[in-house]
Amino acid sequence: MRLRRPQIAASAVVWLVLGAIYFLVPLIATLLFSLKDAQTGKCCSLSAYGVILHDPQFWSTIKISFRLALETIVIGLLLFVPTIYWVHLKLPRLRPVVGFLALVPFVVPPIILVVGLLKFYKDTLHAPFWFLGKPDLFLVGAYVILAFPYIYFSLDAGFRSIDVHTLTEASRNLGASWRTTLTRVILPNIRVAALSGAFLTLAIVMGEFTIASLSAFHTFPTYLQYINESQAYPAAAATLMSFGITWAAMLSILLVGRRGGQRTVRVGIGR
Amino acid sequence: MPHVELRELYRAFGPVIALQGIDLALETGEFVSLLGPSGCGKTTALRLVAGFDQPDSGRIVVDGKDITRTPPNKRDMGMVFQAYSLFPNMTAEQNVEYGLRIRRQAKADRKARVGELLELVGLGHATKRYPHQLSGGMQQRVALARALAIEPKVLLLDEPLSALDAKVRVQLREEIRRIQLELGITTLYVTHDQEEALSISDRVAVMWNGKIEQIGSPAEMYGGPATPFVAEFIGTMNRLTATVADDGAIDYDGLRLPVDAARGLPRGERVLCLLRPETVDVAVADGAPPEGGLTGDVVSKIFLGAVTRVRVEDGDRNLVADLSTSRAAPLAVGTRVVASFPSSSPRLLALTEDALPPVLDPDNP
Repeated sequence: MRLRRPQIAASAVVWLVLGAIYFLVPLIATLLFSLKDAQTGKCCSLSAYGVILHDPQFWSTIKISFRLALETIVIGLLLFVPTIYWVHLKLPRLRPVVGFLALVPFVVPPIILVVGLLKFYKDTLHAPFWFLGKPDLFLVGAYVILAFPYIYFSLDAGFRSIDVHTLTEASRNLGASWRTTLTRVILPNIRVAALSGAFLTLAIVMGEFTIASLSAFHTFPTYLQYINESQAYPAAAATLMSFGITWAAMLSILLVGRRGGQRTVRVGIGR
Repeated sequence: MPHVELRELYRAFGPVIALQGIDLALETGEFVSLLGPSGCGKTTALRLVAGFDQPDSGRIVVDGKDITRTPPNKRDMGMVFQAYSLFPNMTAEQNVEYGLRIRRQAKADRKARVGELLELVGLGHATKRYPHQLSGGMQQRVALARALAIEPKVLLLDEPLSALDAKVRVQLREEIRRIQLELGITTLYVTHDQEEALSISDRVAVMWNGKIEQIGSPAEMYGGPATPFVAEFIGTMNRLTATVADDGAIDYDGLRLPVDAARGLPRGERVLCLLRPETVDVAVADGAPPEGGLTGDVVSKIFLGAVTRVRVEDGDRNLVADLSTSRAAPLAVGTRVVASFPSSSPRLLALTEDALPPVLDPDNP
């Protein structure tokens, strides 16, 4: 029997095209704009890209933002992997509570977060100025909060796809400590989930403007904003480059996920 | 001195009492099964032995040493789980090797032991495969090899075959027994499948409501159930609620049946008469008044392969007989027959209302 190819409804095609236009038109417009020559205003020249690539501020801010992203990822994973593992294993009733807490960063506006954090550090903790002045301390603290929902929901899905109880008990029964169980058995099996949480965090930190700007730090997004205000064509070039970086991060999730997916298998009764 | 002892183990989960003080002793090299319906406490008992849970009171002693509060990773017990429990990120070989790596065994020794064990469970050819590349039966074999690799003091098996299909189940349970005998390892096996428990155990403990109802060899359990529950749970059983009529006979709903076990019992005492279907014979009624049998009609016939289960009814009275299929062939449904049994075969239990377990349909054990 010949298999009939599934029919695609005409309305679906229309929506798909409309969606594609909605996303692609601004991108193409930005690309065309970025290719205009700074002097003549005519197409096509790579001078705007040259301006950005030769700007030491571009490199320094992108380095800071990458560093902050890595620190946020490391702290976030160190904090949330054991916590979510424990909640799944021992406190499953708390799962809805943690899930609710993970939604809080979505509803608290960044300005409230900045003011609240500053007040908390200064008035409650009496944090010294050098603490407040370092992006690695102040900003990373705020970014871990921002990244919480993304890391939480990624990890939660990862933990739900494996039989945490049985794997833990099997490992413990064979003589493994809690730490060995977590690092050798649990982590490798939620690797893809942890990676997607990590890359989402990278994308957020690379694009976070409000908190960095309100607390007067110079990160990649604040640099983009500065360029945007002063140089129109290079701003478009920088925007596209940051877009490319984010896409590269997303693509790497996909590639790593595919490779890991071959070995990831659901465990449980009655597969 | 017993190798493993469970002493007065008590465990409650909120208002639910899972274990009501169970005692059990396993000799070295013995294979003991905990058998019972779901919720009877058998898995709870096994988890206490493994150390995944703590008893509210009572002790677990291995080789004379109290291990009740010892964490699971320090107990040296190998466990095979009901759910597929292989580590998905490791090959069969790496799974079996895991416990040995944790014990920091030399690589050469590890490799040799892993190879030996995978051969033992018949998977010498699949060492490099990942769990998702193995069938359910193969996964449980690897899990068994993994549990045995650490040379555990005790092997614990928590319904390891329940997720497998019938044929693999029978094959694997025989292999588990062969390996257990070969290694002489003390084994505690949890199952709800009576056939499984009876076929591979040295002793079977039937559990109900958090208590061990009876413990004994498979033959003892089958031939001499001590409580109505055990009688109900192990094998198919005719259960006749009757009273002692006179010396050596019972009154079953107005019908006098000779039963040796009724000798010496006070007349009028309510009893539960237990009778295995395979001891009941059925013959076409020839008109002569029956000698101690039930005259009735064949109401159903269930083909079970070598035997056919025939149900004979006369009003509210009924008897189920397992006859060889050739013998049952001429007995069509509706035939007037006499169902009889040797007076030595029934067993009588004193009947108290609360001791009556839920009736299981003898046609669908």
